[in-house]
Amino acid sequence: MLEMAHDASPPAAPDASLVTDPVVQCDQLSVRYGKNWALKDVSAAFRPGAVGLLGPNGAGKSTLIKTLLGFVTPDKGTMRVLGLDVAASPLEIRARVGYMPESDSHIPGMNAVSFVAYCGQLCGLPPADAMQRAHEVLYYVGLGEARYRNLETYSTGMKQRIKLAQALVHDPDLLFLDEPTNGMDPKGRDEMLELIRDLAHHKNVNLILSSHLLPDVEYTCDHVVVVDKGAVATAGPIQALKGTRGRVYELRIKGDPSAFIGVLRQEGFDCHDTDEDVIRVFVTQMARTDGAPVHDPDPGARMLFRLAARERVQVRHLRPSVPTLEDVFARAVGEV
Amino acid sequence: MPIHDQGYRRYGGTRAAVGRAWQVIAGAGIRSIISKRAFIALMLFAWAPFLVRAVQIYVSANFQQAAFLAPKGETFREFLDQQGVFVFFVTIWVGAGLIANDRRANALQLYLSKPLTAAEYIAGKMAILFLFLAFVTWAPAMGLLLVQAIFAGSFAFIRNNAYLLPAITLFSLAQVLLASSTMLALSSLSKSSRFVGIMYAGLMFFTAALFQALRGITGSSGFAWLSPGDALEQLGDVIFRLEPRYDLSPAIAALTVVVLIAGSGGILARRVKGVEIVT
Repeated sequence: MLEMAHDASPPAAPDASLVTDPVVQCDQLSVRYGKNWALKDVSAAFRPGAVGLLGPNGAGKSTLIKTLLGFVTPDKGTMRVLGLDVAASPLEIRARVGYMPESDSHIPGMNAVSFVAYCGQLCGLPPADAMQRAHEVLYYVGLGEARYRNLETYSTGMKQRIKLAQALVHDPDLLFLDEPTNGMDPKGRDEMLELIRDLAHHKNVNLILSSHLLPDVEYTCDHVVVVDKGAVATAGPIQALKGTRGRVYELRIKGDPSAFIGVLRQEGFDCHDTDEDVIRVFVTQMARTDGAPVHDPDPGARMLFRLAARERVQVRHLRPSVPTLEDVFARAVGEV
Repeated sequence: MPIHDQGYRRYGGTRAAVGRAWQVIAGAGIRSIISKRAFIALMLFAWAPFLVRAVQIYVSANFQQAAFLAPKGETFREFLDQQGVFVFFVTIWVGAGLIANDRRANALQLYLSKPLTAAEYIAGKMAILFLFLAFVTWAPAMGLLLVQAIFAGSFAFIRNNAYLLPAITLFSLAQVLLASSTMLALSSLSKSSRFVGIMYAGLMFFTAALFQALRGITGSSGFAWLSPGDALEQLGDVIFRLEPRYDLSPAIAALTVVVLIAGSGGILARRVKGVEIVT
């Protein structure tokens, strides 16, 4: 039987600004389902604080989290969570992490406070402490008034919150949040993101937020690991990734944008179409200075106008934009 | 002020050792089941044979004319046989939803994301069923022995039939383990507790019917191993030092029970996982 540290307060979560040791480290991690590789040679380090695990559906985000929790045995590679080897110490790790699964999950026949207290007891909290924490955590996630209701009567948004509450009740050092805003209405989604942001930035809880929703990750996280087709496409601080040498322009033209996108790509620009027929063009530092006068305040715009004139394309709208995580994501997964 | 600003504080209290979560699971399961009045009624009904036997022992101990009712070793064997009916109903009532309901609600991933192993989860669930089954088999049988000693005013019967203590314990254990492991394995195969109950009843009735059909055709009761219930009966006869009722080696009867329990364990090991991988 495995003994944990007892009768002592668990150490406070490390201050993200002071601690640089990764909370999660994967080396050459590979997971195969049948003949398909869900993860292939994934090597990544998740820093303390809030880290987004970003990728399209089927990229391997949930598989990575389930592998870190020990649900899936990797075919190759090693993993460390909070400095502990996942293969050697799965129970010690699970005692210190909280997991909010993507799918609806609850324990049947319980009301919210019983359920959360029960989860606390499963994590080793004494019954009285677990009950007290359950009440506190339910208030924190905004379910204080509904805590005596049976879980089966909860709405989708409430179910998301209760999943967060059960993940928090034992005061984990690291939270795995798998698509936490799934199925929530806009107001509920904003509140959930606010909670996640508060946990990471004010309560010193490290968290890994898996999502395919770029705004969610951008709002709550400081770092991002972009996964695509079972491999890490890019990783790093969001600000650094967004602030790559260069500038983003929003461009709207008359007619079909796809032909002009082709031309831009031939000229070596990173660009992608958005839902609103706006072309987002990334002009690198090197391209910007290429052929433009040194004193030109906006050589990128001049180059785009010059290209449009050459191709006889009418520019309806052109303005410099702030690089978003979407641009980082699009570049990372090769959409540009 | 957003509701979350009311505070989230870090936990500074104690934590129990890893490895005790099965007790939490068992405790919660037991409390949930005994909160149902209909189940309490079933449990009281399951003790009715105990009351009848207790009256029988009282009468035989106090009235010479009723001495023929005095308990013998086989009285306890017959009593446990009768309790088999309640074992069947309690197994279905308590056991059918133990894992199936968790699978329906995707609760396995919640359980296994906590510091507990699949074995602890299974142990916790099995403890629930084990306790209630022991309560309708081992507990009343032992109670009868005690009642006999009290009404007779001596421990002579128990001394003369000392084998009864281990025999009752061993047979009850086989009965309870077989029922609980089989039911848990079936419960892990479905998300519907009703379907699990039907599967269990079907398994018991179909195998018994198959055995009886083969017995009718061949004239031999050597196929009793096909029916878990009959294999257990054969084993019970041997444990209680009675003439075995079937032409089946006790070793094969015991092997049948062991294989069923081990097979159920194998199914549980495969089915109780944090994630279901479909390839």
